[in-house]
Amino acid sequence: MERPLTQHIKKDGTPLSLKEYEATGGYEGLKKALKMTPAEVMNLVKDSKLRGRGGAGFPTGMKWSFVPMGEDAPTLKYIVANGDEMEPGTFKDRLLIEGNPHQLIEGMIISGFAIGASMSYIFLRWAYHEAARRVLVALDEAYRAGYLGKNILGSSYSVDMELHTSVGRYICGEETALLNALEGKRANPRNKPPFPQVSGLFGKPTIVNNVETYCNVPHILTKGAQWYMSISKSEGGGGTKLYGASGKVKRPAIWELPLGTTLGEIIEEYAGGMQDGYKLRGLLPGGASTDFLTPEHLNIKMDFEEVAKAGSRMGTGTIIVMDDKTCPVGMCLNLEQFFAQESCGWCTPCREGLPWTAKILMALEEGKGRPEDIGHLTFQTHYNAPGNTFCALAPGAMEPLQSALKYFREDFDEHINSHRCKYHN
Amino acid sequence: MAKIYIDNKEYQVPDGKNMLEACLSLGKDLTYFCWHPAMHSVGACRQCAVTAFRDENDTKGRIVMACMLDANEGTRISIDDQKAKDFRAGNIEALMINHPHDCPVCDEGGECHLQDMTVMSGHNYRRYRFKKRTHMNQDLGPFINHEMNRCIQCYRCVRFYNDYAGGKDFGVFASAGRVYFGRSEPGTLENEFSGNLVEVCPTGVFTDKTLRKHFTRKWDLTSAPSICHQCSVGCNTLASERYGGLRRIMSRFNGDVNGYFLCDRGRFGYEYVNDEKRLTRAAQKNTTSVSDVLTSVKAHIASRPKMIGIGSPRASLESNFMLKQLVGAENFYNGIPANEHSAVNTVLHVLQHGNVRTPSLKEIETYDTVFVLGEDVTNTAPMIALGLRQTVKTLPREKAYALKIQHWNDAAIREVVQDDKGPFFIATPNTTRLEEIATSVYHGNTANLVETAKQIEAAIKSGGWSQDSDFVNQAAKALAGSKKPLIVSGTGLLSCEIIQCAANIAGVLKAASKDVGLVYSVPEANSMGMAMLGTAGSLDDAVKRTATEDNMTAVILETDVFYRTDRKSASAFLKNCNKKILLDTTENETTPEADFILPAGTFAESDGTLVNNEGRAQRYYQVFKPNNEMRSSWAWLDMLIHQSDEARPFDAIVAEMTDALAVFSKIKDLAPAANFRIGTQKIPRQTHRFSGRTSIDAAIDVHEPKPPVDADSPMSYTMEGFHGKQPSADITYFWAPGWNSVQSINKYQIEVGGPLHGGNPGVRLIEPGENGKAAFKEVYKIPKAGAVEILPLWNIFGSGELSSKSQAVAKRVPVASVVLSEQTLEKVHHKGAEQITVQGNFEVTLPIRIDNSLPADVVLLPYGANETKGFHFPFYGYIKSE
Repeated sequence: MERPLTQHIKKDGTPLSLKEYEATGGYEGLKKALKMTPAEVMNLVKDSKLRGRGGAGFPTGMKWSFVPMGEDAPTLKYIVANGDEMEPGTFKDRLLIEGNPHQLIEGMIISGFAIGASMSYIFLRWAYHEAARRVLVALDEAYRAGYLGKNILGSSYSVDMELHTSVGRYICGEETALLNALEGKRANPRNKPPFPQVSGLFGKPTIVNNVETYCNVPHILTKGAQWYMSISKSEGGGGTKLYGASGKVKRPAIWELPLGTTLGEIIEEYAGGMQDGYKLRGLLPGGASTDFLTPEHLNIKMDFEEVAKAGSRMGTGTIIVMDDKTCPVGMCLNLEQFFAQESCGWCTPCREGLPWTAKILMALEEGKGRPEDIGHLTFQTHYNAPGNTFCALAPGAMEPLQSALKYFREDFDEHINSHRCKYHN
Repeated sequence: MAKIYIDNKEYQVPDGKNMLEACLSLGKDLTYFCWHPAMHSVGACRQCAVTAFRDENDTKGRIVMACMLDANEGTRISIDDQKAKDFRAGNIEALMINHPHDCPVCDEGGECHLQDMTVMSGHNYRRYRFKKRTHMNQDLGPFINHEMNRCIQCYRCVRFYNDYAGGKDFGVFASAGRVYFGRSEPGTLENEFSGNLVEVCPTGVFTDKTLRKHFTRKWDLTSAPSICHQCSVGCNTLASERYGGLRRIMSRFNGDVNGYFLCDRGRFGYEYVNDEKRLTRAAQKNTTSVSDVLTSVKAHIASRPKMIGIGSPRASLESNFMLKQLVGAENFYNGIPANEHSAVNTVLHVLQHGNVRTPSLKEIETYDTVFVLGEDVTNTAPMIALGLRQTVKTLPREKAYALKIQHWNDAAIREVVQDDKGPFFIATPNTTRLEEIATSVYHGNTANLVETAKQIEAAIKSGGWSQDSDFVNQAAKALAGSKKPLIVSGTGLLSCEIIQCAANIAGVLKAASKDVGLVYSVPEANSMGMAMLGTAGSLDDAVKRTATEDNMTAVILETDVFYRTDRKSASAFLKNCNKKILLDTTENETTPEADFILPAGTFAESDGTLVNNEGRAQRYYQVFKPNNEMRSSWAWLDMLIHQSDEARPFDAIVAEMTDALAVFSKIKDLAPAANFRIGTQKIPRQTHRFSGRTSIDAAIDVHEPKPPVDADSPMSYTMEGFHGKQPSADITYFWAPGWNSVQSINKYQIEVGGPLHGGNPGVRLIEPGENGKAAFKEVYKIPKAGAVEILPLWNIFGSGELSSKSQAVAKRVPVASVVLSEQTLEKVHHKGAEQITVQGNFEVTLPIRIDNSLPADVVLLPYGANETKGFHFPFYGYIKSE
């Protein structure tokens, strides 16, 4: 099985130096790209069916194609890597950045070449201190080797790259809030349209992609679109995907597997199944802001289409497993407290609805729930539905809750009826 | 026009609107908070949710925010759809979880947009049972009260204060449910337009601190349409009274002038009306009997003394006209110093004889390139500065429009525009507030400014600018390359040359077929009207005349001669006049010198017409009949002229004036005549909910007194009358069923944000002639004597004669000081003393304030401060270090 993104990452946890990266074929993709036209690079990525790895799964090549090109296009354009990995349960970008920072840098340079960007930023989660140190070393190496800066490898293309470490807000993972934060403004999401591809960072055309997305790009360049599609098991997209599992499984970890590997395979084969004494009750397939799935869904493929059909989202592809000894209400409370705290405070449903939701769940956990609370929680899931809020944070926050109300309703009722949480003795 | 459907009914709406605007313009009730007609849509509050349908076959629909939805052809929405109604009620419930239940003790109660919207949404029972979040409040200075717990986070305040008005000391802090709007630490809000937070805030977070000192509910106020008297712009206001005191000033929407906003001097500078030093009784010098002062004055007038009249730019056109009638045109002087007289007359000359349009305050925002010459408009005519802050966004916004973003989509526009600003050039003696939005600035003395302006004029005329980045070339290139350039100047430096230069630049741009505008600010509310009225000369001329002519009776109208001219001249004038009849509102230095005093009403106690800086005549109305002898000055003068016991009605005075002076003929149609009725009804100054009329004076007399009759306007002083839509010039308060807050202005407009029903009030008396010519060919001669040029420093708080007497404003008046650069100080070998003396025609010793943007040969002294009262700027002199 091919694992282009992670196969060279060292077991001892140290990053690949520039030399080591080059020895594995690193920067060959860039060299190849520089001999092509930007349009050819863009088309290659389009043909590969690479889809955004941040959660929404938008076709990457298509995203790039919205950037104005040609002589009339603005001379200043930006490439931004979204490394603000704050989705609870998600730690895939960290592995990629810490293990092989040059892979990300190369991916970004190629992407920048495709859209004609002259400046690029890696926007990194504040807590990723080790990743930050490694990126800085790698950037230094890349500049010295001529992969960054003026006239890269003797070509006419020039691009600079800087690291920006965030101050730790979940909302900065929303691409337009990220741009505001990068500009030094409040991290509130922006109105769309205009989309960042047209008017992004400092009002200039900007591509924001997830770290994992960029890491795929060098491999598509070196091995081609056909190869990239061939290593996927999914109809809807090419390549491999970093899947993870956390919770009471035997081997919580991250694996690079063909896109479209089934949930069951990931949990049973790779994560080794549930720990002894625990049963699988449900799981969040792609981070905290996705709907619960249940054991009956284990045969579905983890790709954008099939998970959606099952009523959830693949999201970041990092699974949070809930066992039978964990309180679903308590788990929802934990998640809603997180989302309530991370709201930017711009729109009403999110700013007011999430704390209210969390307070009701807290009441349930404390045995102070009331029968009407179920109705109110349900109201909140409609009130914060997509389109009702300014961005996707609150609808995402409602996904675990609305599915918990669907699959684990008896737990909610029991909390209210017995005035206690049975999982806490 | 676009065909849209609201609840399955078809409507035609103008293109380029959003659905919220469309619904409100059609008279529908739809709840909203963050949208504001002047600041447009950002989609934050989610309160204007409606259900949108793809087409007639779509029965499910989806929730969308009306403010973010284009009202284009075929748009189909429902306001009444249950899903949307539930959402709006639920949204209010969410906003209410942290809002205190303190309506009965909240200043906003009764005119609270949040109250109105809550009722409109149908939400009435709160299910939230947990603790509310609380915040600390801040002391925001003398104008604004802060009560953060009431905040519903609509973001309007920060969008107005920071984005619209350019404030820097206010912002939004924290995130999620803890979002906080205030300053980084308690302290006075520094922006000149902070008072608008009171009206912009949909609830009681920001309230009027001056009103709070003598609080009255909106429904208990007696209000009349007024015109701000605090500068020459003529913003429309609503002035309100209870218990014989003026309670507050609010903005009265006028789409051609101030729109929704006011400056802080205009809003909070009213308190002098309630001053203890107000003149309330007629008085005669050395007489304790006050029983029949009027008879004595009339008898004196009947004895046909030689009279000299001193008019006033802070008095109405009618009062000045009646004084002119009383004393005769050849004896009517305008009460302002010679410098100011010639500066204002130069402005009038340009307006009357030029071919360049002077835009209205609102139109200022539509220009794309600006050159400000010699005027610190932020301090002389603040609302012009607010307009100019919008002008710099004109060109950058074009980028957003090119991306097919609608003009109402503020959220999207600001992403495209970012911090881009249009071309904006300023040439002034020192740094002004507007420099933060300027492309390039030039500082120099008057002669340098004139020279710079002449170079710009010459460069535009010849097309001979170079690519150099110096100020002259940059400005000339930008102005010549602009479609709609705007030249802004004024009388601030009291220099005719500056005014002429501005006219000449506008002239060459006009000759180059540009759609050019020319705006001048003049010193006072009726400076322009006074100049149009025509006078025999300035106060200096009057002083000279009384020096040679004996036995004159001076009739002094609303003028403190010690404020207007130097002490020596003022004293000489008063000494040389045999008798002095003074009509004024407040005790000042001239009062003790008067032989007769007739108490005049301020804007709150009188009717009148003012002509603003663009030549727009506007009517203001008496708010209440004071329980004393105050009258409009024109009424006193009319009684003196006709030896009568009662003045003729206002309309008769206006008729006499418009008959006598063709330039004022349009004023006849300025507002409905006093006999105007709706049906048989007058327009009430009190709301239909006015309370306590039978008990208000019960402590004095249990009998309800007969309400005073107003012969001067079609308004009643009571709650009786027609409570529907008044004529646009006679709006006494904004209210509509379900809309108790100022947001009810929507219901008075043809379309929201557009003109008032019946047209915006006010008439322009001066229009440019296509063949007009106001170019000045003379070589400018700037006299030069002494080491430094001493120029006036204008301050929004302090340079206004009456507003400075208002308690809240007085707290904001800066310490009077000599403003100069370190360079200037070094020249006189200054050694650390805190004070310095300025010598010239006038001498004063004041603390030093350093402003290194000033040229070495210019020193500034505060205009209108007690210490510099009566100084004739500009003058040349020396500075002397102790």
